[in-house]
Amino acid sequence: MMLAYTTSELTSIFTMQGFAGLSLFSVLLLMALGLAIIFGQMGVINMAHGEFMAAGAYTVYLCSTLTAKFAPAFQPYYFLFAIVAAFFVSGSLGLLVEWGLIRFLYKRPLDTLLATWGLSLIMQQTFRSTFGAREVTPTLPDWLMGSFKPTETIDIPINGVFVMGLTLFITAAVMFFTFKTRAGLRMRATVQNRMMSGAVGINTKVVDRLTFAIGCGIAGVAGAAFTTIGSTGPDSGSRYIVDTFLVVVFGGAASMLGTVASAFGIAQTQSISEFFLQGTMGKVTTLLAIVIILMIRPQGLFASKVRRA
Amino acid sequence: MNTLQKRLFGSKEGLLGTLFLALILVVVLPLTLDIFRLNLMGKYLTYAFVAVGLVLLWGNAGVLSLGQGVFFGLGGYCMAMFLKLEASDPITTKIQSTPGIPDFMDWNQITALPAFWVPFKSFPFATLAILIVPAVIAYVVGAAMFKRRVGGVYFAVITQAIALIVSLGIDGNQGLTGGRNGITDLRTLLGWDIRTTFGQYTLYFTSVALLLGVIMLSRWVLSSKMGRILNAMSEKEDRVRFSGYDVSDFKIFIFCLAAMISGIGGAMFVLQVGFISPSLVGIVPSIEMVIFAAVGGKRSLLGAVYGTLLVNTGKSLFSETFPQLWLYAMGGLFILVVVLMPNGLAGLWDDYAKPWLHGAKKRLMERPPVDVGETKSNAPLAKII
Amino acid sequence: MSSNTDYLLAIEDLTVSFDGFKAVDSLNLYLDQNELRVIIGPNGAGKTTVLDLICGKTRATSGSVKFKNREMLGMPEHSIVRSGIGRKFQTPSIYENLTVYENLEVSFPRGRGVFGALTFKTTTEVEQRIQSVAETTFLQDYLHTEGAFLSHGQKQWLEIGMLLMQEPELMMLDEPVAGMSPAEREQTAELLKRISADRSILVIEHDMEFVSRIAKKVTVLHLGKILAEGSMDEIHNNQMVQDVYLGH
Repeated sequence: MMLAYTTSELTSIFTMQGFAGLSLFSVLLLMALGLAIIFGQMGVINMAHGEFMAAGAYTVYLCSTLTAKFAPAFQPYYFLFAIVAAFFVSGSLGLLVEWGLIRFLYKRPLDTLLATWGLSLIMQQTFRSTFGAREVTPTLPDWLMGSFKPTETIDIPINGVFVMGLTLFITAAVMFFTFKTRAGLRMRATVQNRMMSGAVGINTKVVDRLTFAIGCGIAGVAGAAFTTIGSTGPDSGSRYIVDTFLVVVFGGAASMLGTVASAFGIAQTQSISEFFLQGTMGKVTTLLAIVIILMIRPQGLFASKVRRA
Repeated sequence: MNTLQKRLFGSKEGLLGTLFLALILVVVLPLTLDIFRLNLMGKYLTYAFVAVGLVLLWGNAGVLSLGQGVFFGLGGYCMAMFLKLEASDPITTKIQSTPGIPDFMDWNQITALPAFWVPFKSFPFATLAILIVPAVIAYVVGAAMFKRRVGGVYFAVITQAIALIVSLGIDGNQGLTGGRNGITDLRTLLGWDIRTTFGQYTLYFTSVALLLGVIMLSRWVLSSKMGRILNAMSEKEDRVRFSGYDVSDFKIFIFCLAAMISGIGGAMFVLQVGFISPSLVGIVPSIEMVIFAAVGGKRSLLGAVYGTLLVNTGKSLFSETFPQLWLYAMGGLFILVVVLMPNGLAGLWDDYAKPWLHGAKKRLMERPPVDVGETKSNAPLAKII
Repeated sequence: MSSNTDYLLAIEDLTVSFDGFKAVDSLNLYLDQNELRVIIGPNGAGKTTVLDLICGKTRATSGSVKFKNREMLGMPEHSIVRSGIGRKFQTPSIYENLTVYENLEVSFPRGRGVFGALTFKTTTEVEQRIQSVAETTFLQDYLHTEGAFLSHGQKQWLEIGMLLMQEPELMMLDEPVAGMSPAEREQTAELLKRISADRSILVIEHDMEFVSRIAKKVTVLHLGKILAEGSMDEIHNNQMVQDVYLGH
């Protein structure tokens, strides 16, 4: 199939799909970071993680609508505040969910899986009842629109670059938080030895709740990033959840670097294969490849040992 | 009771329970429901096959698969391919540009039957495939995962990804699989019309018979040493391993068995409903079937049937009257069952109905029961509820 | 190295390192037929790790573990068990939801394959074995009690009973009297003496009073290496051992 293209055309295709893949990479990575933090902390896969992302995306939409209505002059800057708002909205939701549901299910990972799936159904229907079944798009500030044109045939969208920067910032912040702050230390201590941590005076319940909230908050930021590449519907989040699992598992659940690399690999493979294969088959091929690799090497790319659940 | 009877029905209580279920399915439902509703029940019963498989796999072996819809779908597609070929004889399809192949292939400019369709012209092959194809796929996935000690949440996530892959894969290959619409317009099985009232009654009763057969087979498996090992394994996998068992073999076996049972359900679904599509294969149906089993009680074979019928009846009532509330109800059900009723309806029965019945019997007979040893203390459970 | 020996278990140069930390360091240990050996040592000496290495739970970095002159390293756990090595875990590992009878029945070494398990029948032979093992482990009155309702000491005995069902030639017991009352310890000492008549036993234990009651030969492990080996008296008078235990 590729024979039909000239080399320079192929270069352009790869570059452009590569940059398109960067946006997907950003969303996947932000989603995966949140999911991995929660998984690492509690051994829990949060099936409603996609809905926390959607909550973030809807927050941006709401900010956009409110700005257009009450403060049109603020329009060029609202997006930055919307990102922060998305973090806090999804984060507070996460706090609530941990308090109301998750804390009853620790040490029952499979049950948590099912319960959070139930939660995701409820959240989806809530989105549908509140914002309608139709997809919505926030008005992005002008400076996010448009693209660079380094050559005649290559278009690099600015929003992709912006989202990429945002993702790098969040990733760095998460790493800084985990490895350089007291709170991060308490979090890591709880992961390693819950009982001992409790014994030395760490309130592990508070640590769990905050970890879950932060994980969900990052999903909210992923939602904000998502609004720059697609429109938001009630089931937008659920469409990313499996991909996000695979990113986390593929990268080796405990490895931050692995998560970054696997998000990159999966997003790029998907983006480029989507160009050459029709719609869903690009995704099928990518997912199939990952699952087959995981069957041969279940510990993922970077982890040194298999995590036995 | 002789031992085989014991192995198939369990205790006296199990025998009574099975007979009661048979009574409901064979007598009560056909007498009270019109054929449309009964056919609907027959459809739900085909999901109960998957739920029974999940009782074996999840309830007893502690392995949660979120991809059981795949096996249901594979069984269904095997049956549907046979029926579709029968419905696509050259005379009926003579207006097509290539007569004698399924209509959707013709629409997709396919001019010859793809090779993997050819054997499905044979009924014995198709019947065998309904059992073997799900089992082989389960074996490959199971061997790869369990031999490498992948379990728990990982296994659940990977099987869910497989459900997504298979449903998208079927969806994306319209010419080969019928794509999103699935395989439709199925009419006859070996010349016998499956759409008549008589046909639908026959298929309903066939489903019931197969389901009861599958339940007895499952009980036979669980009443063997296999059952004890599975339970032991879900509790202390290492201890079983260090008692000299190859744990992965047992997991692979039960995964394959559950897959085969799901495949039978899928085939019966196609016969009764007359079509199959990727919407029955993907993530959502797969996880919903888990909740059917959970509502019934994940360790109860009979409970799986009641759970399936109840949730689906509820779903059809709800979506007729308050469609927008259905997702809330379903979501709430997931949470409720998991948090408050980990043993589902069967747990409620054991904890409340049975002691009450026991008491009632005692009051009626006004003498101390001969055997009180059967009522086991369920104190830890009662505490959770 | 490949020469055959009369030892039941011959461990040579066994080493395992976790991220560069050598938990077990070039260990050599030989066990005779029908020998009862006790391994002692301070926390973190690598005692449990040695058992893990023998039974295949942990993969060794290098070295050799020969059981009846057969290399065990690299074999899957269930094959190691089937060749005659039984292992009791530190915290009693029994099936809480099964009765004592069922716990023992599951441990009977027949019907271990998938189809064997489906067609396994509890013959009178099996029943007699369960009965006699239950008597040996002081559990004959608890056959139909669920594991969850046993006392901590009884759980320890049940796990030993589960091993006895397998008739292993080598039994490895990790802290068998932890959490037991003095009376139970006494009974356990008797139990070990009785069952060591026709098999080898490797015991890890902290309780020195218990050790001195059962041990003929003691191995002291420290930082993954053997510090001393000999009779209880020799160990008592060993200066190095005293240093390690008193913390110099």
